Amino acid sequence: MARKSFNMNKVYFTVAAWAVGLLIFFPILWTILTSFKTEAEAIASPPLFLGFDWTLENYAEVQERSDYFRHFWNSVVISLGSTLVGLLIAIPAAWSMAFVPGRRTKDVLMWMLSTKMLPPVGVLVPIYLIFRDTGLLDTRTGLVIVLTLINLPIIVWMLYTYFKEIPGEILEAARMDGAGLWSEIVHVLTPMAVPGIASTLLLNIILAWNEAFWTLNLTAATAAPLTAFIASYSSPEGLFYAKLSAASTMAIAPILVMGWFSQKQLVRGLTFGAVK
Amino acid sequence: MKIFNRLLAGVAVLSLTATAALAEKLTIATVNNGDMIRMQKLSGDFTAHNPGIELEWVTLEENVLRQRVTTDIATKGGQYDIMTIGTYEVPIWGKKGWLVSLNDLPASYDADDILPAIRGGLTVDGKMYAAPFYGESSMVMYRTDLMQKAGLTMPKAPTWDFIAKAAEAMTDKKAEVFGICLRGKAGWGENMAFLTATANSFGAKWFDMKWKPQFDTAPWKKTLTFYLDMMNKSGPPGASSNGFNENLALFQSGKCGMWIDATVAASFVTDAKNSTVADKVGFALAPDTGLGKRGNWLWAWSLAVPAGSKKVDAAKKFIAWATSKEYLALVADKEGWANVPPGTRKSLYANPEYAKVPFAQMTLDSINSADPTNPTVDKVPYVGVQFVAIPEFQGIATAVGQQFSAALAGTITADQALKNAQMLTDRAMRKARYYK
Repeated sequence: MARKSFNMNKVYFTVAAWAVGLLIFFPILWTILTSFKTEAEAIASPPLFLGFDWTLENYAEVQERSDYFRHFWNSVVISLGSTLVGLLIAIPAAWSMAFVPGRRTKDVLMWMLSTKMLPPVGVLVPIYLIFRDTGLLDTRTGLVIVLTLINLPIIVWMLYTYFKEIPGEILEAARMDGAGLWSEIVHVLTPMAVPGIASTLLLNIILAWNEAFWTLNLTAATAAPLTAFIASYSSPEGLFYAKLSAASTMAIAPILVMGWFSQKQLVRGLTFGAVK
Repeated sequence: MKIFNRLLAGVAVLSLTATAALAEKLTIATVNNGDMIRMQKLSGDFTAHNPGIELEWVTLEENVLRQRVTTDIATKGGQYDIMTIGTYEVPIWGKKGWLVSLNDLPASYDADDILPAIRGGLTVDGKMYAAPFYGESSMVMYRTDLMQKAGLTMPKAPTWDFIAKAAEAMTDKKAEVFGICLRGKAGWGENMAFLTATANSFGAKWFDMKWKPQFDTAPWKKTLTFYLDMMNKSGPPGASSNGFNENLALFQSGKCGMWIDATVAASFVTDAKNSTVADKVGFALAPDTGLGKRGNWLWAWSLAVPAGSKKVDAAKKFIAWATSKEYLALVADKEGWANVPPGTRKSLYANPEYAKVPFAQMTLDSINSADPTNPTVDKVPYVGVQFVAIPEFQGIATAVGQQFSAALAGTITADQALKNAQMLTDRAMRKARYYK
């Protein structure tokens, strides 16, 4: 009897999980479906779910009008670049806060996080002027710098949480065996924190890929990533929903595939330390 | 021979590279409306005649574009050589010296051919700071079959009372047909563009000659209550979140009896490929109340050169091409007369071929009936029909638009919305030191 009720619970939870999952995924699914409709079918009322004439003309038109691969490459360089630079800075920073905390470590962490509370538009003009004077406007280097800086607090916080889980005694033992600071971080701490670092890396790539304020405001033609590509298909005067959906599908496809393949690491990283 | 061939190929590659290096690259920021996309597609004609100039396009959604070009021009960032800007920006930026004057375009450009109403909105102290790419006003688009069924005939120049009466007669809520579709979504370029133009026809105005806000006056109360009554009786549900695109979708799918909006919509609703009512659409001038002003607006997307550009001559060459009579002929030749960018040149409307386009004359009449330098019944200190050309307007009008949208949604009353609008506009104008 108990076994039966256990099984029923499992069924309920599975159904509920699928329902929530589908609900969350529905906007993406709808975007993908709309990308295969004509503009008239895209606004049809009642909406057409699957019974429409599937077409690839929106993809062809988007590809003809825009240089997708240039935007894609810019997104890859900017998101990977900013993540790697961010990790290079954040690993030592999180190490020092986790293993050699000072009296003000918590305050420093909170202060770092507080920078995320400032609306970005508040610092747009100063940053724009700095970029103009240093020749960084519309460059991938400029975007790597700015995205590194805006995501750094999150990287440091995540790594700090993982490092806190690692027993300090292991590092002490390494020190007693003669390991220097560099060897301790590179050869002892980093291998043990690989799952945490991997999930931080993945999450940061997603954040940088989707960032749409700085990437839109600091670029023009050369360094514009996929966010600018999508923005070029949205129009307040004209119904181009099918083309916009095709552009959106092309922009999110790479990150969706990456997320699909790395979901285990992502989930593990995000729930790490959540249950004690 | 092989070596010679290789040498020749090498020289060819080098010379090509050198040409590319010598070519002047113009970065053009533009909105992604259909006419602009067409210009991008046809720009090969310009580069073929100007081999020393390369074009790089930055095409963006209107609001994103506005934010980006404003940041760039205000900080003299110099990222763009040509910007697509509207009639709101031109007087403000021209006055600040942020734009290059286009008075010296060649005589063959024939600037006198530009429609006076459009040219007036792009000129500051005698200097034209932007060349119009396409101009638009607003007008009534209506379903001829539903109007006939209701036993009414749309006059060429209707009054608001007729529109309200017709809207009620055309409404059949059971069949999901609504007599009138109007903008309700909050925003200075959304519901406030419509309501400001409508208010002009009711004798209302944003500011008096001392820049004091006027939402506490009778004409504004009349405007807002009329709009709310008509929309509540004959408008679609959820109208407070409808903008241009939502109303276009409703009209195209046969759910609106009348729609008052941008003249550019005429080409969409008569396009049989996307509209189910393409052959049942009629046009009329925007309504009035007999006070001498109609409820239509005036807008032009125009090309301008920011003062920070280092390629002014090449930029002017491109602008002269894109806004010329020859460009209009090129579009007509490649895409047909219905796709020619409307509302900029007198010669286009004198062309018998263009006169055959069903909405051509009504677009011209609508543009001609708007006067941006004299937009209201009473005298006002500002320029602009559906906007007030001051830098503070975007922020203020969006906040006021939220109040009016809330009134349409029924969360506050018309009186509360007007009181709040008066209060917040007064506060913003004091802060900006228009008065103490």
